[in-house]
Parts: sequence; C-alpha cells; structure tokens
Amino acid sequence: MSSVATKKKGLGAHIWDYITTVDHKKIAHLYLVAGTLFFVIGGIEAMLIRIQLAKPDNDFLSAGLFNEVMTMHGTTMIFLAAMPLVFAFMNAIVPLQIGARDVAFPFLNSLGFWLFLFGGVFLNLSWFFTGAPDAGWTSYASLSLMSPGHGIDFYALGLQISGAGTLISGINFLVTIINMRAPGMTYMRMPLFTWTAFVASALILFAFPPLTIGLFFMIFDRMFSGNFFVHTMGGNTIIWEHLFWIFGHPEVYILILPAFGIFSEIFATFSRKRLFGYPSMVFATILIGFLGFMVWAHHMFTVGLGPTANAIFSVATMAIAVPTGMKIFNWLMTMWGGSIKITTPMLYALGFIPSFVAGGVTGIMQASAPLDYQLHDSYFIVAHFHYVIVGGVVLALFAGAHYYWPIMFNQMLNETLGKITFVFFFVGFHLTFFLQHFLGLMGMPRRVAVFKAGQGLDLFNFISTIGAFLMAIGVIILVINVIITAIKGVPAGRDPWEDGRTLEWAIPQPIPFYNFKQTPLIRGLDPYWIEKMDGNKEGMLYAEPLSDIHMPNNSFIPVVMSFGFFVAAFGAMFHQETSWGLYVLIGGLAITALGMIYRSVKDDHGYYIKKEDLLDDKGGKH
Amino acid sequence: MSSNQKFTPHSWPDHPEKATAEGKNKVTGFWLFLGGETVLFATLFATYLALKDKGPSGMKFTSQELFELPLAFVMTMLLLTSSLTSVYAMYHMKSYNFKAMQAWLSITVLLGLGFLGLEIYEFTEYVHEGFGFSQSAFSTSFFTLVGTHGVHVVIGLVWITLLMLRNSKRGLDLYNAPKYYLASLYWHFIDVVWVFIFTVVYLMGVM
Repeated sequence: MSSVATKKKGLGAHIWDYITTVDHKKIAHLYLVAGTLFFVIGGIEAMLIRIQLAKPDNDFLSAGLFNEVMTMHGTTMIFLAAMPLVFAFMNAIVPLQIGARDVAFPFLNSLGFWLFLFGGVFLNLSWFFTGAPDAGWTSYASLSLMSPGHGIDFYALGLQISGAGTLISGINFLVTIINMRAPGMTYMRMPLFTWTAFVASALILFAFPPLTIGLFFMIFDRMFSGNFFVHTMGGNTIIWEHLFWIFGHPEVYILILPAFGIFSEIFATFSRKRLFGYPSMVFATILIGFLGFMVWAHHMFTVGLGPTANAIFSVATMAIAVPTGMKIFNWLMTMWGGSIKITTPMLYALGFIPSFVAGGVTGIMQASAPLDYQLHDSYFIVAHFHYVIVGGVVLALFAGAHYYWPIMFNQMLNETLGKITFVFFFVGFHLTFFLQHFLGLMGMPRRVAVFKAGQGLDLFNFISTIGAFLMAIGVIILVINVIITAIKGVPAGRDPWEDGRTLEWAIPQPIPFYNFKQTPLIRGLDPYWIEKMDGNKEGMLYAEPLSDIHMPNNSFIPVVMSFGFFVAAFGAMFHQETSWGLYVLIGGLAITALGMIYRSVKDDHGYYIKKEDLLDDKGGKH
Repeated sequence: MSSNQKFTPHSWPDHPEKATAEGKNKVTGFWLFLGGETVLFATLFATYLALKDKGPSGMKFTSQELFELPLAFVMTMLLLTSSLTSVYAMYHMKSYNFKAMQAWLSITVLLGLGFLGLEIYEFTEYVHEGFGFSQSAFSTSFFTLVGTHGVHVVIGLVWITLLMLRNSKRGLDLYNAPKYYLASLYWHFIDVVWVFIFTVVYLMGVM
C-alpha cells in the first residue's frame, strides 16, 4: 500500500482504510466507537439491574440471570468501555501534545485495538452460548470454578485476549512519550494529560502480567484440569484473589489518572491560567501510581490475612489520600483568580470535584480495616466505587468528549445540549448512588437479586432506579448531540475554544495524517499559549526545516493475528467436550503465529511523503 | 539515517541497534516489555512457592525426591553457554562481521535445542513416573512455571532461526540490526529466568 493521496473514496474503501489503519487519530476513532458501543451495552445491563431492584420481591430477572447481568455490567464497563475510551483520548491527544508524528509503534497500536475488540466481542458472545459469566467481575475462584456452562471460560479467555492488547498499547505509549517528544519538550514541560497517560501506561505494564497469569491459572483449572485453585488437590483459591487485586487495584488508577489529566487540562484552559502547582501535580501523579501497587490487600481485609497485614495495607491506603488531596487543592487553586468560562467540559470538571471527593472520603472510611468488616460486600462499597469511577472516570470521559471533539472530528458538539446532558447525568448519578451509601449502612448486601419488603429498603432503591433513568436520558441526549453535530458538519477550525494552551490546539484543522508538517519547537510549559502571548500568528515555531516525512504502511495483519486468538479461544473452550476443539485451538494459534512470522519476514520500510508534495498541499489547512 | 543504506565495517555505527529512530524505539520498548515479563515470571514463582509440595492427601511426590540436580546442571550449563555465544554474536554484529555473527547464532540455537531436548526428556520422565500436570497443585504449578520458560525458549529459537534464514543472503543493515539485538536480549532474559528456576525449583527443591 503506497497510497498517499486518495482523495475520493467509496464507503468500502473507507471501511478498509479503518480496518488496516495504523494512524493514531483513526485508531482513536476506532477506540471511541467500540468503547461507546460497549458502554451502551454495559449501560443497558445497568438499567436491567436497577429495574430488577426498583421494588422489593421483584421477578423481572431470575436470580441466575441477574448474576450474569451484574457480572457482565462490571466486566464490560471496566475492561471494554472505560479502558478503551481512555485509550481513545490517549491515542487522539498524546502524540499531538508532544509533537510526535505518531506513536512509536503504529503497527502495534493497531494490533492492540484489534486484540481488545476481538476479546470484547468474544466475551459478549457468551450471551449466545451457554450463558454469560456469573461470578462477579472479580470472578473469585472459589465461586467461578464451580460455575456451570462456559460463562467463566468466556470471561477468562476474552479478558486474556483484550488484556494482551492493553499491555501492548501500554508499552507503546511509554516508548512514545520517552522517545518521541518534540525538541524542547522536556519531561517537566509535558502537559498533565501526557504525564498521566505516561504513569497509567507504566501501571499497565506492571499490573497486567499478574492478571494474565491469574487468567491462565483460571483457564488451566477450568479447561485443562489444572489444580491451582482446587482445594482438594492442594490448590489455594486465595492466590486468585491476590493476583486479581494486584492487577485490580492499579487498574482503577490506570482509569482515574488519565481522568485527572483530562480535568487538569480543562481547569487550566477554562480558568485561562497556568495549572497551579504543576510540579506537585506531576509528583502526585507518580506517587499515586507507586502507592497504587502497595494497597491491593485492602480489598481482602475480611479474608483473614491477619492484623499485621491488614494494618500495613490500611495505612498504605490512607496514604494515597495525600497526593490525591494535593491534586484537588491544585485544581481549586488553578481556578482561584482565574477568568473562568463555564463551558460544558468545565461544568463536568466542576461537578467532578465534589463527586470525587465524596468517593475519596468513603474510600478512606473503608481503608480502616475494622470499619471495612462492617462495610464489606454491602451497598456502601457499590456506592463508593461508583462515586470514584462514575464521578471520576465517566465524568472525565464525557468532559473529554466535549473538550476534545474538535480535535478528533473537527466539529464542536452543541454546547446547550452538552449542558443539558450534564444536568441529567449529574443529577441522575447522585440520585442513583448517594442513597446507596445508606442502603449499605442499613445492611443491604451487594450483588443480591432480590430484597425483601418491609426492611426499609424500598424507597431508597426506588429513588436509585429513577436516578439511573436520568443518567440514561443524559447519555441519549449526548448521542443525539453527536448525531446532530455530525449531520451539520460545521468545521471547528483551529483552537475553537480560543483558550487552548497545549500543542494539540496549535495544529491546523483538519489535522493532516502526518500531524505537524514540521516538528514544532517547545519553549516552555503550555507551548501554544506562549506563542499566542508572543503574538505568533503562525501557531508554532519549528525545530526543523521542511523535509520528507517518513510514514508507516497500513496493515491488515493486526486483524489476522487477533482473529487467530479469537479462533483459538473457541478451541480451548470446547476441546474437552468435542473432538475438533484441539484442532481449532492449534489452528487459531497457527493463524496468529503465521501473521507474526509474515510481519517479521516481510520487510516494511514505510514510505516517504516528498517535500514538494508537502509544499503543494497545505497539509489540509482550512 | 536511512535503514537500507549499505555499509562497510568502517562506516558501520557503534550502536547499530540504536542508529535509526525505529531501532531506538524498539530497544526502549523491548526493555519495557522485559520489565513486564519479569513481573509475569515473578507471579509464577510466587505461585510455585505457595503451592510447592502441596497436593491431595497421601501424595507421593515431593520436590526432594523428584528433582535430580545432575540433569538440571547440564541444562543450566547448556543455556548459560548459549547466552555467552549470543554475546559473541552481538560482538560480531557490532563489528559488522555478518558471517561470524550467523555462525555464533547457529551455535546458540544448537545449544538451545540441546536444552529444549533435555527439558522434554525431563518432562516425559516425570509424566511416566506419574507426576503429570493434573496430579497435584504442586505439579500444576511446576509445569506451568518451567513450561512457560520452555515456551519462551521455543519462541526464542524460532525467532533467531527465522532471522538467520531471512537475512542469510542480504547481510547486515540498520533495518535488521535491531532485530538481531532484540532477539539476543530476549535470549539473555530467558537465561536469567532459568538461573532463578535452577535456584528456586531445583536447588531449593532438593535441599
């Protein structure tokens, strides 16, 4: 493929282009679309849960089905919605923010996406076979080994495939940020979103291997007669809990750190002020990343690890409040004395602070092991983690969608509809989850399909369900907003918020596929703002003369390799009960291996965009 | 620097693996990948230590009577030597001596095959004695830890062999120099992991 300028393309060519693309901006679109799709699926599952729990003794869902819906809601939202949506913004923004042509490994970027997608599709296919996984998103081995059917097999194999994709993407972003920053972009001049993406990628690198191993143990035990968790054979189910949470706790920081990054950008932009305490923000990000690995056993206080272990993990958990508190105060101080503009992203950012602080405070409550014995497995926990995940991550994703829409699609989402979305979603969110704290304190256990009448739980559960519907309305308005904006198709142009500070706003719109024509020169933190203040109409100063640009070729191999794992997973699942399973397993792995070998043996030098072509075509400017 | 440029030993850069932007990225990325691999093996080691000698009541196999140091010692020597020969290969890669590099890599592959053969022999012996994958938690964790290492050896051998075959006609350039370098890094990593397996599984097993 050496197509540089194919201007008029049919639909088929467009689809083929997206399937084979290695361009970080298009992969960002893919992540956004796929992540939104899974977000909607997970959201529907959430609505089913709330409808079932709207009234006492409800029989809308059977107990077994409720377990499946509840498990798939958690698994889908964490692995298939929140992570890919974070990756969508990381792909769209990070290379632009550091002035890079693309990520370090464009091919691996594409491979990461397709592995995630095939893994996610595989996991959701469980609905059409013998039922979805039903042991909770944590899938504790003592429960999941006993689960009949193939539900847990889908969980273990599907997450294995998509987890491999995440690990690959994590390494990719680390290398991109280490090696590909534009001249002058020192570490301490990196925008905070890039910093948080960097630390989150480091967490991915060290947190996903334990999950990989845990899932392999699960696969071996369930499908290849291993004994890791089988008590009668000398196994130990606690090993799964440790491995899961050694991954699982950093995982929540993998999600929340980029969310912090998005909000940091938004606060600075719409307060029209430099981010307050930038070095301490960087320090706090790193410290949260580090401490994130020290606290996993606070999910296991009631397992019985003993008072010493509980005390250590208790204190370590409380320590995380310090860097997080630093961040909260820095955001407040950024706004202090700023010339604040209340846009939709800024509304989300303002709503985020009290919501996330509430989630953080309940987190500190649970960090105290004796109290956790009371709160464990109650609705208090459900309320807590929805306050941090929805009040932190999801609000950031919505804020980021409105804020970065012009970068990703060269269009502005409608501000009025955006604010209406915010009101519905924000009110609905607090209505749903605030009362769940009290449901928990009143003794309602989490993950129950039915609660009994006459226990004082009816009203709060009903109000909670109403809140869930308000959130759903908010999401629907957002989707309508996206559709209207796409139909109108008004180009947003460069720096449409007019207050852009960082490099991604300096690039002409629509962004050429090679990004900056010449690598920009970075003269400080908030480089675009500096140029604006210096009255530089061009946008940026450049670090190099105009010269040929080296670009990578598109490739279909990532799809083939991911498909191979997808096939192999079916083989692994059915190899015990069918005669063909083993061959399918080997065949699938062979497809992946052949894809890898082809990629390795066939030279791929990429191609060059000639300097003359860059001069003729203004790079799609205006 | 263009990646398909022709070189003489004189013009060949000091660090050919990092002479291009792609090469530089690959080296950084691969070190990070090895960091992840380290966590992966650490997890396997932790699990192995937790489940060592654990099994159903009345299990007859314990690490003390199962493992034999002489075989493990020979395997260790084969793999350590193969690591040394891959260092020689990289030495010749850096001095632009393609033939010598290919020769040392061939020796590396042969030594690796020797290791692999002994490992397969060892595993089949255990299975014959009744110490199969499903026999106990101990056996499952043993085969998973040592087997994962074995799979890494297989991947490393296939990788190095493919590299040698693919480039046998065209010699060294800045496009394939990083590939050779990474393969040798991977091979060293496998070797380091084996040193830990030898210590934790075999030495501590028979003590």
